[in-house]
Amino acid sequence: MSTAERQAAARPARRPALAGGAGPWLRFLRSELRLIFGRWRNLALLAVLAGLPVLIGVALKLSGGGDGGGPAFFDQVAGNGVFLAFASLTVLLTLVLPLTMAVVSGDSMAGEASHGTLRYLLAVPAGRTRLLAVKYAAVVIFGLAACATVAAAALIVGAILFPVGPVTLLSGNTVSLGAGLVRLLLVVLYVAAAMAALGAIGLAISTFTEHPIGAIAAILVLAVASEVSDAVPQFSVIHPYLPSHWWLSFGAILRSPAGGPELTHGLLSFAAYVIIFAAIAWARFTSADVTS
Amino acid sequence: MSVAGQGAGPRDEIGFGRAGPRPASDGQHARPRPLAPPPAGPAAAISSTGLSKRFRGGQLAVDGVSLAVPAGSVYGFLGPNGSGKTTTIRILLGLIHPTSGEHELLGTPMPAGATSVLPRVGSLVEGPAFHPQLSGRANLARCDAADRTADPGTAADRISAALDRVGLLAAARKHYRAYSLGMKQRLAIAAGLLQPRDLMILDEPTNGLDPQGTREVRSLIREIAAGGTTVFVSSHLLAEVEQISTHVGVMRTGQLVFQGTLAELRDRGAARILVRTAEPEQAVKVLAGRGLADVRSGPHEASAQLGEQRPEEINAALVHAGVPVAGLETPRPSLEDLFVELTGEGFDVHG
Repeated sequence: MSTAERQAAARPARRPALAGGAGPWLRFLRSELRLIFGRWRNLALLAVLAGLPVLIGVALKLSGGGDGGGPAFFDQVAGNGVFLAFASLTVLLTLVLPLTMAVVSGDSMAGEASHGTLRYLLAVPAGRTRLLAVKYAAVVIFGLAACATVAAAALIVGAILFPVGPVTLLSGNTVSLGAGLVRLLLVVLYVAAAMAALGAIGLAISTFTEHPIGAIAAILVLAVASEVSDAVPQFSVIHPYLPSHWWLSFGAILRSPAGGPELTHGLLSFAAYVIIFAAIAWARFTSADVTS
Repeated sequence: MSVAGQGAGPRDEIGFGRAGPRPASDGQHARPRPLAPPPAGPAAAISSTGLSKRFRGGQLAVDGVSLAVPAGSVYGFLGPNGSGKTTTIRILLGLIHPTSGEHELLGTPMPAGATSVLPRVGSLVEGPAFHPQLSGRANLARCDAADRTADPGTAADRISAALDRVGLLAAARKHYRAYSLGMKQRLAIAAGLLQPRDLMILDEPTNGLDPQGTREVRSLIREIAAGGTTVFVSSHLLAEVEQISTHVGVMRTGQLVFQGTLAELRDRGAARILVRTAEPEQAVKVLAGRGLADVRSGPHEASAQLGEQRPEEINAALVHAGVPVAGLETPRPSLEDLFVELTGEGFDVHG
């Protein structure tokens, strides 16, 4: 090497300084969202979430409405198509929405580990805490998209198959269609918050394994076990602490005035789960040896 | 490096590459001097003291490795498969926490300084790994998006340039899963070239490549090094790195058994004297009579370690004793022989 090259070796390569602000975070998050929303498996899950409200709507139309014995909101659908959205969210919360969250959150860290891409992201360096934060943000956004997909598909099908008009709330009084749709938006946000809590559990489990399928199965088993325990009266002492206990409390949004202790308890429960499991995920991932 | 503190200037070049630690001729590990305050001149690109890693299973994968990789060098990190090279590289990059020991990259303590120093380090660790459903270009875009220091405005150009440099521009839009092993390997190198780097850490970059691909990677490494980047390249084959390395470190069962320049590795080989003769028994008597070590004989030859004696005096002694000397040679072991001697016969996995 020449003298000039030697001196070049001694001088750090010219690089922009660490860009401050949210720019680099948003760019990484966009990349993560492209990855999640670009996967056929995840798109298929969204398609199922959009298709099931169609099935429920058609079944209710053919049978001439609910017979008073079905799940919540089924009886109101024939009178007002908007209620198909509430009915669909209620039904899908039992299995399909938790399954969707299990797949996306279980794959978040374990998927990168199983591909070996985790070591390259960390060598970039993406930063362990930053990677975890971006992964979780993407999981939350996908959960919100999943809930919104259910509501939007149900609204469209409900409007086609049934009359749509002012919404009669559970407390008996009637609000305009516009006000009813705002309440639906709040319900979607509440259910998305419930799914974000499940997503935090999933993220934490995902940091413990290199096998995404194992993580997904574990999260799903946990969700189902929580729902089953919630249905056993003898476990009533632990019911308020189960992750799934407050999922269906969004009915409180459909009363006048909206809200109440159930809703507050639900949101507090979700916040507690997010904080605890995000902390577990962080403690695990920032100290783990990456050997994948 | 002993020249490190003298400031920038041409004098720094004197003895460059010879300034590393001495070879571990006494069987001890080569240990660099204790970590001094950061020198003003070019520091070591990689320095470590006593890096060790014991995995939870109790296996000691890396055992007291003290690396000294001079800035501007091409450092061949050699050793059989399973000798701890990849674990060492993972520790260097902060992927694995060492059980004991510490290290610096480009003068920055790791892993504390990872955020500031790793953007200046390109790496390839234990083979390529990318998302199979994304194209080569999309995979590089993802690596770039993860880098806080990368300028999004120049991303497309930098990605094209990196793909072009490894000859993948034509296949940029193909899915990664459709790539051949050689193309995957090149894409991993391209990821390391997205930014100007001061240090490239390449773990077995020629693995899985055909001879043509191996040549191309070798010339790519030369080109990277010529631009002033320090290259730390691991291999289980001496021949792979012999032509491009200025320095080598040799691993065996988790320990660094040699570190120094290639010339220093060559000097380790003790010269022998080989006598071609029809009377080997007589020759053996003469050689042994002069106190030479490790005297051996064959059908038409006798040999011994030369030690400090001069070949012409031995020749005179042989002739004086009436040995018919048909030929006299002073062979030195090849680098390959020395390497095998250091790492053990064959490339078995130890432990």
